[in-house]
Amino acid sequence: MPKAFLGWPVLRQLTGRDTLGRGAAVRSPRTDATVARTETADSVARSVCPYCAVGCGQLVYVKDDEVVQIEGDPDSPVNRGRLCPKGSASKNLVTSPLRQTTVKYRAPYATDWVDLDLEIAMEMIADRVVKARNDTWQELDEKQRRVRRTLGIASLGGATLDNEENYLIKKLFTAMGAIQIENQARI
Amino acid sequence: MAEAHPVGFQWVMEAKARGAKVIHVDPRFTRTSALADTYVPIRAGSDIAFLGGIVNHVLSNELDFRDYVVAYTNAATIVSGDFRDTDDLDGLFSGFDPETRTYDPSSWQYAEEQEERSAAQADDSGDTETQRETAAGLQSESHGMQVQGNPPRDPSLQHPNCVYQILKRHYARYTPEMVARTCGVSEEQFLEVAQAWAENSRRDRTTALVYSVGWTQHSVGVQYIRTGAILQLLLGNMGRPGGGIMALRGHASIQGSTDIPTLFNLLPGYLPMPNAEEHQSLEQWIDAVRKPGSKGFWSNAGAYGVNLLKAYWGEAATPENDFCFDYLPKITGDHGTYRTVMDMIDGQVKGYFLLGQNPAVGSAHGRAQRLGMANLDWVVVRDLFEIESATFWKTSPEVATGEIVPEQCRTEVFLMPAASHTEKEGTFTQTQRMLQWREKALDPKGDCRSELWFFYHLGRMVRERYAGSTDERDRPLLDLAWDYPTHGGPGDGEWGEPDAEAVLKEINGYEVATGRPLSSFTEMRDDGSTLGGCWIYTGVFADGVNQAARRKPGAEQGYVAPEWGWAWPANRRMLYNRASADPEGRPWSERKAYVWWDEAAQEWTGHDVPDFEKTKPPTYLPAEDAEGVAAIAGADPFIMQGDGKGALFVPQGLIDGPMPTHYEPVESPFRNPFYAQQANPTRKDYVREDNPMNPSPPEEHSEVFPYVFTTSRLTEHHTAGGMSRYVARLAELQPEMFVEVSPELAAERGLENGGFATIVTLRSAIEARVLVTERLSPLRVDGRVIHQVWLPYHWGEGGLVTGDSANDLIGVSLDPNVLIQESKVGTCDVQPGRRPTGPALRELVADYLRRSQGTTGEGERP
Repeated sequence: MPKAFLGWPVLRQLTGRDTLGRGAAVRSPRTDATVARTETADSVARSVCPYCAVGCGQLVYVKDDEVVQIEGDPDSPVNRGRLCPKGSASKNLVTSPLRQTTVKYRAPYATDWVDLDLEIAMEMIADRVVKARNDTWQELDEKQRRVRRTLGIASLGGATLDNEENYLIKKLFTAMGAIQIENQARI
Repeated sequence: MAEAHPVGFQWVMEAKARGAKVIHVDPRFTRTSALADTYVPIRAGSDIAFLGGIVNHVLSNELDFRDYVVAYTNAATIVSGDFRDTDDLDGLFSGFDPETRTYDPSSWQYAEEQEERSAAQADDSGDTETQRETAAGLQSESHGMQVQGNPPRDPSLQHPNCVYQILKRHYARYTPEMVARTCGVSEEQFLEVAQAWAENSRRDRTTALVYSVGWTQHSVGVQYIRTGAILQLLLGNMGRPGGGIMALRGHASIQGSTDIPTLFNLLPGYLPMPNAEEHQSLEQWIDAVRKPGSKGFWSNAGAYGVNLLKAYWGEAATPENDFCFDYLPKITGDHGTYRTVMDMIDGQVKGYFLLGQNPAVGSAHGRAQRLGMANLDWVVVRDLFEIESATFWKTSPEVATGEIVPEQCRTEVFLMPAASHTEKEGTFTQTQRMLQWREKALDPKGDCRSELWFFYHLGRMVRERYAGSTDERDRPLLDLAWDYPTHGGPGDGEWGEPDAEAVLKEINGYEVATGRPLSSFTEMRDDGSTLGGCWIYTGVFADGVNQAARRKPGAEQGYVAPEWGWAWPANRRMLYNRASADPEGRPWSERKAYVWWDEAAQEWTGHDVPDFEKTKPPTYLPAEDAEGVAAIAGADPFIMQGDGKGALFVPQGLIDGPMPTHYEPVESPFRNPFYAQQANPTRKDYVREDNPMNPSPPEEHSEVFPYVFTTSRLTEHHTAGGMSRYVARLAELQPEMFVEVSPELAAERGLENGGFATIVTLRSAIEARVLVTERLSPLRVDGRVIHQVWLPYHWGEGGLVTGDSANDLIGVSLDPNVLIQESKVGTCDVQPGRRPTGPALRELVADYLRRSQGTTGEGERP
């Protein structure tokens, strides 16, 4: 098998120019055929890491409607292409098989979930918001001061959401008269 | 920083490579300590004593940057002769009312040249009890102090009642000996830090202070940060390159959720939620913010407020109806998340939305959180995964103890799948106020939807249900400006995804008649001709361009990188950067040049957008009766403060005192070494049977909980675990809850490495694997040895890796300024072995309650 023998990487390293074995000597046809997922992606989106508040730039590679890779954005002056263990795992975060993709509903006193249609769930939630608001409406407080509010509806969250989302959340709840609207910044 | 913000830490290492000295002060040796030049172990909860010691070192050796201090801080300002310090009153400032446990801050005010106190200053000396209840201090995040513009000053700093002398007296007792006794740090190590900090500051050099937001999670959290601010002002490290105070916040857009707040006491841009007592009209509300007579940019609050109302209620908001000010609901006290949880337990709340938040694991006193949720009519959980806050009715520890019985729990739960950060577009605001736009990579799968989608459609449907209502109380919903354009994916037709850029444009603000986006908040008018949802964000859509989407590579720009994203306000990357130049407008030194006055061009220029009116010369002196922006002198860098000066002493806006003072944590094994006053006297407590606190001296039986514990993050997990315990790669890296203990404590309590330990407080008991490590070392405090234990707080019963939640150990006691809980220090007992399961768990806790006779009901705490 002289051909196989001559192709042996150690021999190529010793006889060729790549004496350190870090280039041509250790390449095989299989290596040469390998293409990075980032090169074959259909599209790439410029994004930002969703974990801590450093704000590392990310490049999100998509192929066939699936995220195939997330890397640090080398252009970002914040992270210069680097990501930490969590940022590096963010592809795993968004593609995790544990992600919920359907609405789950637990009825009062039930011992398990049932699936629920998204639009029906939205109708049910809207009904409950209206009822809670109507049932707990407070026009005046105990000192007869005008307060126009409900203390029956509370909300917690927002520190991992977008500014645009928080803006609509606060705007809608305020118009509703709901004031117990809080997020991680209080925690 | 290397643990929780590793990529940010690369810049610390860059600085170290260029010769910077890195000092790490932390109860536990971490990856940061490993890379620091000096590591200083410290007792959790003693930071004011430590930093106060450095303030004392600077002042008693006159190491302050005197030119900066005299010109830019309130060091020279003379304080009222009525002021009494903690030295005189054994740990209290003058004005304390033991009935309400609040201060009347009248005696803390600046002295008056005239008989009568100026309107600006008098206005805020009112009801501090209300201010505590409404976390009024948080509004000052960008408000600054509203004090008189030109208080009496003594630039020689010799007047006995000038701030400099008061400060010097206040910190005189924070000697190296007292620091050592209180913090468990050796005098030598303390002096090494103090000397390094002082030597590396002033004209040619600057020192940066970096803290992670565990600092805010103390009953004296705001005063921790204040102590850092005092030190950095004294040493001339504010508004200058390489200086400053960096708050490392922990969530992708927690800065954004404070700027555009989902917080009970704030509206966008740090405008206060109106309260029923003081703000029954638009004028009262605006005046409360702008404080007539004050200096600074808050004088334009009328425009900021009107633009917000106009953005909310559009055409319905007119000058004739005060722009619908009356539509805003009014707050009347504490409506914070912890108060709300207590109200849930008491049956006063019907429904609860959880938006990417997991309080069953992530909030203090997990048991109270879960019992509260189990007593609601309904909960809507919007998340990527089936987190513990969605399953409290079937898997929580209280189901095991029998306190929650699924068949008897009436709470309806909707678990709504959320879109991830790659499946929607929008902006995050990172920890240095920079907004970065994210492009959408792909549509979310199945029923996953963005919050933008959820709330837009919820609003649409709620409004449909009220359509035709003639009830006046429904007008705020019916008149709401809620017409956002939608586009394709993920929903179709009427269920389309709202256009996030259209929302960002409304946040930025525009001319109502033409739709032209505003370029600066200075273009906002108070007559209804412009609207804008968050004045500090105005400019993010300048020239009709989404500035947050800018991506000029860092390598093609200078180190400030102003063309990457957009920072509020006005794309300034460093706040108060006028202070980087001397009063005449020249850089303090060539080495530290950042922003300066260009005499030839007659304007401010430099590496950053100057945080100052561009053409106001350094020599500008305001007329005596000037107000607002015109009253800011050319040498006043702190343009949001009522007197234009950096505040060493804070006459207004703080509930617990004008200067930081060491108080022991609410739960501590020690008596306060400094004063008779043990803990923060003004802290917010919830004295209830379901929120007992471990006893502390001078109460009896504190020895039942002999150890100090603190918590923090692991590199491989994220807060309450909702984004990491469900992620295989991360779960594998840190698979199990553990507790770190020193070899000495392990020997004392018979703990085995790899075995289990049970950690007990009066709230609960949890178990964790034991990691015996020298990363924790016993400290000598107040003459005896104290052991500290450390816990990560990422686990719950859900996800790929499960474990007990450290937050179950923590009781609810809050900082009075911002109503944030003390969750970074507490006392506990540690026993070898696993905790009991089922009802026996509560019996164990009850036994500790009996032994410690904890304060569960009535009675004042020290």
